Amino acid sequence: MGIENGLSQTFEITGNDFSKAGSISTTVKEILQEIGIDSSVIRRAAIASYEAEMNVVMYADKGQLILTVTPEKFTISVEDEGQGIENIELAMQEGYSTATEEMREMGFGAGMGLPNIKKNSDEFEIASIPGKGTSLKMTFNLDTKKEK
Amino acid sequence: MTLKEIKEILKAEVICGEEHLDEEIKFAGGSDLMSDVLAFGKPGILLLTGLSNAQSVRTAIIIEAKAIVYVRGKRPDKEGIKLAMEKGIPILSTQYMMYKTCGLLYSQGLPGVS
Ligand SMILES: Nc1ncnc2c1ncn2[C@@H]1O[C@H](COP(=O)(O)OP(=O)(O)O)[C@@H](O)[C@H]1O
Ligand SMILES: [Mg+2]
Repeated sequence: MGIENGLSQTFEITGNDFSKAGSISTTVKEILQEIGIDSSVIRRAAIASYEAEMNVVMYADKGQLILTVTPEKFTISVEDEGQGIENIELAMQEGYSTATEEMREMGFGAGMGLPNIKKNSDEFEIASIPGKGTSLKMTFNLDTKKEK
Repeated sequence: MTLKEIKEILKAEVICGEEHLDEEIKFAGGSDLMSDVLAFGKPGILLLTGLSNAQSVRTAIIIEAKAIVYVRGKRPDKEGIKLAMEKGIPILSTQYMMYKTCGLLYSQGLPGVS
C-alpha cells in the first residue's frame, strides 16, 4: 500500500474525531509489516505513532502523519495545526496532562503519551509554536542484517 | 490456560472469535487506561479492560494482544467488533468487575504481565 511509489506516505488526521482515532497507526503498522520490518521495531513504532495520533485528535484541529522508509531507517513525522504546547519540558513529564474528563473516560489522558513516544523511538524531536501547532519526528533505525 | 478455560472461569460471553477458543494464553494485564496498556502491554497478552470503545480494540491491535476480556458486562461497539473480527482478536465479556476477574484468573494460575 503506497510504499512501492516512493517509500513515503501521508495520512490526514482530523482533530476531535474519536471514532477514527488510532486507525492511521494501525494502517502504518500493517504497512511496516508488509515491508517485512523486524516485529519488535514495528511494535515500538506503532505505540509511538498511536500516542502521537491520539494527541492530534485530542489537542489539535488537524494534522498529518508522514511515514518515510529508507533502507537504514524509517521516520514517522506528525505535524498538526492547533493550540500548540506552551511548555514542552512540562508536557514531556510523566503524568502531566491537560486532558478533559471526556478524554479520560475514553482511556487517555494519563500523561504518559509523550514520554512513551520518546522511550519507544530511537530518535525523537519535538517542536511547537503556541497558537500554531506542534510537530514530532520519530526515527526508528533498521537493523539492516535483519532486513530481507 | 486456554481461552475456553478463561471463558468458563469468568462465565463469559464470547462476542467474537469463537474459532480461537483453543488458543493458549500465558499472561494477562488489566487497565482502563490505554496509555498504561500501551506502556506495559506485551505481545500475546490477554487484555482485561472496562473501556469498551473502538480505541480499546485499536490499542489491543497495536500491542498485539491475543484476546480482550471486557469486565463489568461491557461490550465493544459495532466498530470495535468489526475491527476485532478483521484482525482475528477474540472478545469475551464477563459480568465480574475488574478486581474479581483478575483474582479469579490469577488464582487459577494465569500470571500477570511481567
Ligand atoms: N499535539 C499536541 N498539541 C497540543 N498539546 C499537546 C499535544 N500533544 C501533547 N500536548 C500537551 O501535552 C500534554 C501531555 O501529553 P501526553 O504526554 O501525550 O499525555 P496525555 O495525552 O495523556 O495528556 C497534553 O495533556 C497536552 O496538554
Ligand atoms: Mg497523549
